[in-house]
Amino acid sequence: MTRRTALKYAFTGIAAIALTLVVGWWRVDGPGAPEKTELRPVALFKMEFRLSDHEGNEVGPETLIGSPTMVFFGFTYCPDVCPTTLSDISGWLDDLGEEAEGMNVVFITVDPERDTIEAMAEYVGYFHPSIRGWTGPEEEIARAAQGFRARYERVPTDGGDYTMNHTASVFLFDAEGRFTTMIDYHEPKEFAVPKIQRALNEETEGAT
Amino acid sequence: MKTVVYGLMAALMFASSAAMPAIAGSEDIVVEDAWARASIGVNRPGAAYMSIRNTGDEAVTLTGLRTDLAMMPDIHQTSTNAEGVSSMAPAGEIEIAPGEAVSLEPGGLHAMLMRLQRPMAEGESFSLTLDFSDGGEIMVEVPILGIAARGPEG
Repeated sequence: MTRRTALKYAFTGIAAIALTLVVGWWRVDGPGAPEKTELRPVALFKMEFRLSDHEGNEVGPETLIGSPTMVFFGFTYCPDVCPTTLSDISGWLDDLGEEAEGMNVVFITVDPERDTIEAMAEYVGYFHPSIRGWTGPEEEIARAAQGFRARYERVPTDGGDYTMNHTASVFLFDAEGRFTTMIDYHEPKEFAVPKIQRALNEETEGAT
Repeated sequence: MKTVVYGLMAALMFASSAAMPAIAGSEDIVVEDAWARASIGVNRPGAAYMSIRNTGDEAVTLTGLRTDLAMMPDIHQTSTNAEGVSSMAPAGEIEIAPGEAVSLEPGGLHAMLMRLQRPMAEGESFSLTLDFSDGGEIMVEVPILGIAARGPEG
């Protein structure tokens, strides 16, 4: 090996190391770093998105301001988590009775491709009558999910179908649209109902 | 007297083994509280739940499901991570230790009924066959409850 080739190898080696370091910095601390995931939803009055409810009315975050709100993300092709959560929500609402009257209860789909307005209308019809189903264009669903800090991902299954992974928590907001707390998936009724009451009571405090 | 009891037990054992040709192991399996949710049409996958108890003294492995209701029945596991994101994946084979029971219940394991051949109507039922590693099988009649059902009692 001549001196020149040796130098060439050394230079290439150093350049490779330098490049690795730059790429590493870019991805971890630099402008290419993933945004820090924030788990608390923002206030409803800070969100922006346009969707349709299951009766075809145009809706957005402002639709929810004025009454306490409960929001859940899911999809109607979901065999286990979504019907379970919607049944849980129906049970909580039955328990609260008149106390929860006027509360906004919204199920937002993360699968607008299959969950059309008609599909949502049919599906929510099987649960508590207060539950509204919201759907819309994919980019608007994405904006809504971003506001709620909800995550979702399309996952292919055997036979060319797909399922969705998604945040299964139920988000609660007071009448002014401020986030109060969330109910975890399958949280027992003894914990869930008082959390809803908290969101409901903040309305009374605001009113007096 | 003791001999009579033993004799009777032997006769009973013989009778039961003649009636159910399963090999030792899966014949000790008892399935309780089976239920399923009704479906909307046939495009969405269905789900069924039950408790599978091993009353014997040997571990038994559940290897698969069969039903004429769905072309692709499979046991799936739902899990929710620390960030509250839930996902679903095939659970594979499930070993049931002696004296233990495995619960298929909302939010955990469930019999996922993919490619429904007919809608699951509330008030009807369907048969589901559980296959075990020892070659044995158990057929369960699963009642179909409403879409909003939360457990075997509705």
